[in-house]
Amino acid sequence: MYFAVAMALVVTMALALARAVIGPTVYDRVLSVNMFGTKTVLLLAVIAFLYGRPDFLDLALAYALINFIGVLAVLEFFRSRARHSEQEQEPEDLAR
Amino acid sequence: MKLALDILSWVLLTAGGAFVLVGGIGALRMPNLYTRMHAASVTDTMGAVLVIAGVMIQAGLSLVTLKLAAILMFLLITSPTASYALANAALLAGIKPSAGSAADLEDAS
Repeated sequence: MYFAVAMALVVTMALALARAVIGPTVYDRVLSVNMFGTKTVLLLAVIAFLYGRPDFLDLALAYALINFIGVLAVLEFFRSRARHSEQEQEPEDLAR
Repeated sequence: MKLALDILSWVLLTAGGAFVLVGGIGALRMPNLYTRMHAASVTDTMGAVLVIAGVMIQAGLSLVTLKLAAILMFLLITSPTASYALANAALLAGIKPSAGSAADLEDAS
């Protein structure tokens, strides 16, 4: 049973990676990476029970926090870059 | 009693896996950024809650359940915040939300 859920999560992570590769804008890629991280947390929680090793839950807890901070940092970086480019009158090409 | 709890947790886990899979397919197939964000939030809320609730029932009352509850709490606080920050950044960068039109659908395929 855990195995089926783990397979569903792995397939979803593959789909998210595909969207991250073909995503037209950088925000699509950030969205996919955020989704990938959330699925990693769920996968770790399921794998902890699949192999009967509850230690993995600590990793899942740490990963949930790191993923959130990482996404916010990347978004802040792109936002400040977009703001700078707006001052130089080129708002269009950075989003692509 | 044990069997009933097992069946309940299997139902929750299966439903969670189905929601996660549907959200993943949606994130790949939807036409533009904001609809993709909508599909991805299904996996962040419904999928995560169902999967972790199913695992929690298997764990019973223990420290493991407490850890799972902490993970669930962090996910439920952080993923809407991340989605908000993402939508805000995309909007500021000039990506317009548009109703799904035939042109959008042709773009996607």
